[in-house]
Amino acid sequence: MNPAAGDNLPSLDELVCVRLVRWYFLAALFFLAVSMLGGLLMALQLVHWNPLVGIELLSPGRWRMIHTNAVAYGFLANSFLGILEWAVPRLTLHPVASRKLSYFIFGAWQFVVLATAAGIVIGPTFQAQPWVADFAARWDVAGSLGAQGLEWGETPFWIDPVALLGLALVAFNHLTPIARAKGPLYVSLWYFMAAFVWTFLTYAMGNFLPEYALSGTSAGAVGGLFIHDLVGLFVTPLGWGAMYYIVPIILKRPIWSHGLSLVGFWGLAFFYPLQGIHHFLYTPIPMFLQYGAVISTIAVEFVVATVVINFIGTIWGDGRAVITNLPIRWFYTGMIYYFLTCFQCALQVTFTFQKLIHFTDWVVGHAHLVMFGVFSMWIFGFMTYLFPRLLGRPWYSRQLCEWHFWLSAISVFVMFLDLGLAGVFQGYYWASLQPWVNSVNGSQGFWMVRVFAGLMMLGGFVCFLSNLWMTYRGEPAPATAPANAAAATA
Amino acid sequence: MFESKAGIVFIAGIGFFALAFLSNVIVPVLMFRDLPEQKVEEVVNDQVLFQFTDLSKRYPEAFRDAFGEPTAEHCADALRLGRDVYIGEGCWHCHSQFVRPVSNESLRFGAVSETWEYQNSLQRPVMFGTRRVGPDLSREGGRHANDWHAVHFYKPQIIAPDSPMPQYPWLFDGAPDKPNKRGVALITYVQWLGSWLDSYPYYEELQSITSEGY
Repeated sequence: MNPAAGDNLPSLDELVCVRLVRWYFLAALFFLAVSMLGGLLMALQLVHWNPLVGIELLSPGRWRMIHTNAVAYGFLANSFLGILEWAVPRLTLHPVASRKLSYFIFGAWQFVVLATAAGIVIGPTFQAQPWVADFAARWDVAGSLGAQGLEWGETPFWIDPVALLGLALVAFNHLTPIARAKGPLYVSLWYFMAAFVWTFLTYAMGNFLPEYALSGTSAGAVGGLFIHDLVGLFVTPLGWGAMYYIVPIILKRPIWSHGLSLVGFWGLAFFYPLQGIHHFLYTPIPMFLQYGAVISTIAVEFVVATVVINFIGTIWGDGRAVITNLPIRWFYTGMIYYFLTCFQCALQVTFTFQKLIHFTDWVVGHAHLVMFGVFSMWIFGFMTYLFPRLLGRPWYSRQLCEWHFWLSAISVFVMFLDLGLAGVFQGYYWASLQPWVNSVNGSQGFWMVRVFAGLMMLGGFVCFLSNLWMTYRGEPAPATAPANAAAATA
Repeated sequence: MFESKAGIVFIAGIGFFALAFLSNVIVPVLMFRDLPEQKVEEVVNDQVLFQFTDLSKRYPEAFRDAFGEPTAEHCADALRLGRDVYIGEGCWHCHSQFVRPVSNESLRFGAVSETWEYQNSLQRPVMFGTRRVGPDLSREGGRHANDWHAVHFYKPQIIAPDSPMPQYPWLFDGAPDKPNKRGVALITYVQWLGSWLDSYPYYEELQSITSEGY
């Protein structure tokens, strides 16, 4: 901000509630653990290794929904809320609207995530109860008490209003300091501001329109827009906002080109929301709308390229930071994966690719590269940077931090390649009209690799958790590890 | 405008979102305004009613406890509950409900999907699906007998040993010939899918699909 104001800066304690950031991160890690176990269960089911067969509350079908919802609303949302609590007051020099409200939002959001999980796991069990059936028939509520039939919109109907209220409060709490900030805004704040508006609108659109107002093809169009916007207008702007905040701080350099920052933000804002229908190509949705979605998808990949170039320009000349500095390595690896996944998207969104790979594991691989390889990696980098500051001591072991990075970075890439290849095979099995079971049996090898890639991912996460536990307990660093754990995250 | 708070909130935030909403949501809604949403009662047809009645004969006790007489009204109740089971158990995460005009899908599954098929409240939200571990189900009705479905839901591996589909024994009272209310409802729902078409597809004519293991 204005350097002349440097003398009367508010103190950090007034600005940031460190304890709340810590709580958010711990909640996020808890839900990530839950999500990983859910994903593992589904992966084991596919290779016939599920040890928990025939148990209603551990049904892989239900836990697959826990897997995706816990990642989106438990892990990503909690992590981003923690990052916002840390970053927004620093970027604006004003505290959030109300610290009490912050604590209330924390509690409310944990309720939302836990209640969603409970609804998904327990809800279907009560579907045949007369009072539930009567209720569902009278109000024509899809899914009754349990999950609703839209990916990431599974949040049971009785939680939707609470979640929406929570998002409104988040927006109010953080837009207040931004409104009070004087002078030009940081790029991060552009992304954060837009994200507050978009997330609220997206959530409202996806959790009410297709469930209550629209059916059939129109509901498909809204559903596609919702699952797309949840990545593009909730996760993506918060992720990039965090990158525009943290990368210049760690590298101690400004962002390379302000012009490219502008192009990146406005290009994303314009093109990203237009693409929802590309999730449902070759459906009865009108073809001209499908073509429009495809074209704007390809357009946004050019925008993505400008953003990635901007960040490469920022680190240019200081490339060794990728080796020496762990958070920077997390961030830039994530950006490379981001470019890769967006480039893949520009190809797979075309009708030619869609013929083959739609409905296959190709898409699942793509989704994992985006959600884990990019945004989770950025969050891990942020946590690697922040936990020593939150706990007031350096990481217990640099070695474990390295393990966490390498296991995560390699496993997600293996999973991406493996599932992408599986998708091509599945597509050809189907198109060649072979018996369906051939496509399943032909996938077994790929699914097996996926199980082990997932276990590797889990292994990296366990390294992180144990490192965090030892750091929290204040254990002295192990003798074998070099004493540069602090320097690595500075 | 490009860096001002108002520009970001109102143009990028609300404005661009509204533009996308207009083109991606309002346009299809207007295009299909002549196809109003049908109620569940309106989509009960003779073919699904035949299957519903068949269920009442095969599992008389379980059926009586669950739905009483096999009337059209009770069939609508079963469809509603069956759709909820389909959603709650996550069936739609591994089975799609639309046949594309490409990749020989109309040969494997049947007629390519059209908009009017989805304009009913059982497709709210629409069950298009995004992944096929198992086959598309939008032409599943009538393709297999009710007994087949009962055994298959109870333990898919009895019928298809290599199937990775989970077992759903909680839709039964201990044995595949004793479906409970949720089980009967789910079978009814699956038998309804595609039943609105004039004729059931005859997959048996396709040599490759009738071969062993399918």
